[in-house]
Amino acid sequence: MPLTRVPFRLRSVAVLSAVLLVAACGKQEEAAKPAAGGGATVIKIGHAAPLTGGIAHLGKDNEAGVRLAVDEANAKGLTIGGAKVQFEMLSEDDEGKPDKGPIIAQKFADAKVAGVVGHLNSGVTIPASAVYNTAGIPMISGSATNPKLTEQGFAVTFRTVGRDDQQGPAIASYLVAQFKPKVVAVVDDATSYGEGLANEVEKSLKAAGVTVLAREKGTDKTTDWKAILTTLKGKKPDAVFYGGMDSGGGPLVKQGRELGLKGVFAFGDGACTDKMQELAGAAAEGLVCSQAGIPAQASSKSFIDAFKAKFGSDPIIYAPFTYDATNLIITAMQKADSVDPAKYLPALKAISFDGASGHIEFDEKGDRKDAEMTIFTLKDGKIVPVAIIKAGKTIPFEEFAKGTGA
Amino acid sequence: MEVFLQQIINGLTLGSIYAIVALGYTMVYGIVQLINFAHGEVVMIGAMVALTVIGSLAGANTGMPPVVIVLAGIACAVPVCMAVGYTMERVAYRPLRGAPRLAPLITAIGISIILQHLAMLIWSRNPLSFPQIIPNPVFEIAGANVSGVQIAIISLSALMMLGLTALVYRTRLGTAMRATSENPQVAGLMGVNINRVIASTFVIGAGLGAVAGVMVGTYYGIAHYTMGALLGLKAFSAAVLGGIGNLAGAMLGGILLGLVEALGAGYIGELTDLCHVSWISTGLAERCAQDGHVVLMGSNYQDVFAFLVLIAVLVFRPSGLLGERVGDRA
Repeated sequence: MPLTRVPFRLRSVAVLSAVLLVAACGKQEEAAKPAAGGGATVIKIGHAAPLTGGIAHLGKDNEAGVRLAVDEANAKGLTIGGAKVQFEMLSEDDEGKPDKGPIIAQKFADAKVAGVVGHLNSGVTIPASAVYNTAGIPMISGSATNPKLTEQGFAVTFRTVGRDDQQGPAIASYLVAQFKPKVVAVVDDATSYGEGLANEVEKSLKAAGVTVLAREKGTDKTTDWKAILTTLKGKKPDAVFYGGMDSGGGPLVKQGRELGLKGVFAFGDGACTDKMQELAGAAAEGLVCSQAGIPAQASSKSFIDAFKAKFGSDPIIYAPFTYDATNLIITAMQKADSVDPAKYLPALKAISFDGASGHIEFDEKGDRKDAEMTIFTLKDGKIVPVAIIKAGKTIPFEEFAKGTGA
Repeated sequence: MEVFLQQIINGLTLGSIYAIVALGYTMVYGIVQLINFAHGEVVMIGAMVALTVIGSLAGANTGMPPVVIVLAGIACAVPVCMAVGYTMERVAYRPLRGAPRLAPLITAIGISIILQHLAMLIWSRNPLSFPQIIPNPVFEIAGANVSGVQIAIISLSALMMLGLTALVYRTRLGTAMRATSENPQVAGLMGVNINRVIASTFVIGAGLGAVAGVMVGTYYGIAHYTMGALLGLKAFSAAVLGGIGNLAGAMLGGILLGLVEALGAGYIGELTDLCHVSWISTGLAERCAQDGHVVLMGSNYQDVFAFLVLIAVLVFRPSGLLGERVGDRA
């Protein structure tokens, strides 16, 4: 998921102090809780995501993943460090706002949570991660894909999802393998997300010996691509890659087809949505796009069954990754036989774990080793997965789904 | 050559839309010497209303043919925008008619902000997709592709320009408008109801704007509550280019600006490719050999052309291309 587009807002001191006041009150309530755990020690795991607003459904999905993992662990009645433990999820709404991230992180630190799963947006996770680092609380995001997150050198920062800069090479290698283009046009929307992704794609294409045309650029508000596309048409590209969001990508592919551009259109995750079909109509058919991670329906069958039984619906997108993140924290605690973040952190770094989203190990930065990327295509008006890219290899989606579904 | 022809067609389509919007600016300026900066927002509201109507009619399975649905969308958008135009004039401009010229300019900007945020409250912040219910056949002419929507936009614009010219020069209302534009006091003494004439000018301009909004929506397939701002500024530049206050000037200015933008965005990358002059430094030659192109200014400068034109006109010919025929403005 790209950095959030929510503008940074200056919050008044009054609001800030009100939040801190609420946080302080919450803390007092929490302090009374260990006694309620039926003799067992209560271990708090924080979860934060936007639970209200435009992507609240994705936030709830993340939360459900954590809840499932916590409930399963509690049902097992684990013993860590010689004491019976009971896990408790503290879920907070960060509204997808970058300025709320650190406030919630501080709230978790004050509540002495043992670990945090979240946040959902890269733009919120990055500022929050600094607070977790100071407090020494391990945090694992199941959905923040911006490379910056793990480039800050924080020892406590992890993610179970792939990075944007792995997405570029993935979509490029799929294009090369599947369509064997000779000339590719790369267009971006001049945002840090779009341009960064386009640069990665261009680098990988050039490495594969493909001719890349001079970069064309719009802005994140561009809806008129005709001039650019007409110039491109004259150069007859076999494929067009666009780094940007669906609001620019939809008109781009629609106008491209109107002008008679024949090649395949490819996009990153910002334009890998069903909205492409709405915006471009029939022209969207056959486009390819990539997303970090694997689609929820390709996660392990036991996870999907448990999720359905508990919540009565299918996981939407990142739930398998937050489920795994929670289990990673719990497993690391068991391995280290301690719930103290400082003690179980080395176990978390060295973990080797088979989760709902596949095998998980971390590299020295806290990124997932060989993270999967999924390639989608738009078929009959719907975005459907066609292939999984893992460690530079392309695996047809059906084969992959069979492998994990067993 | 095919590419050039295609850019011309793109430019003509874009230019027709600019021309229709520019007419709204120029009519109001011609009659009350006021720049109605909220006009771009009227265009946006036209697109949004049409989108809502077309979307709900298409979704309701009424069995109506798509063309009728789109016409119904336009038929709803035009009166809504006319009402917005009338209210705007009545509330924000008429009370300030005797005031210094800066005052109505400021209320214009205020109205623009209010309309934009009202639209955000009604239609949300998200970009909305314009329902694509009309099949859009593409014709090939000498290697260039022309879509049905493009043909419809260009011909509808031409029709509206003809209609407006007829209205201004052939009807009683048009005569009253021209009289008011020349001298409101004297026109008033001659029995022209100035308030009614000025209000009609706003209403007609807003109606044209509504149609332009529907055109933009169907052409790009997307509508957003901020879409009017940039479009309005560009159309304003077009009006200034042609000579603000002059009807023919707004049409000419709009079409010229569309062409300048399309050709500019299409060729700026190639023109500013430093590899054409790679002999000036060895470092540059190396990068050219490696990448094939080192582009100084890319096509993302597309939006700059309108404003370059605006500055150039204001510096070198403030009255615009056709601006000297002051008596003709209406």
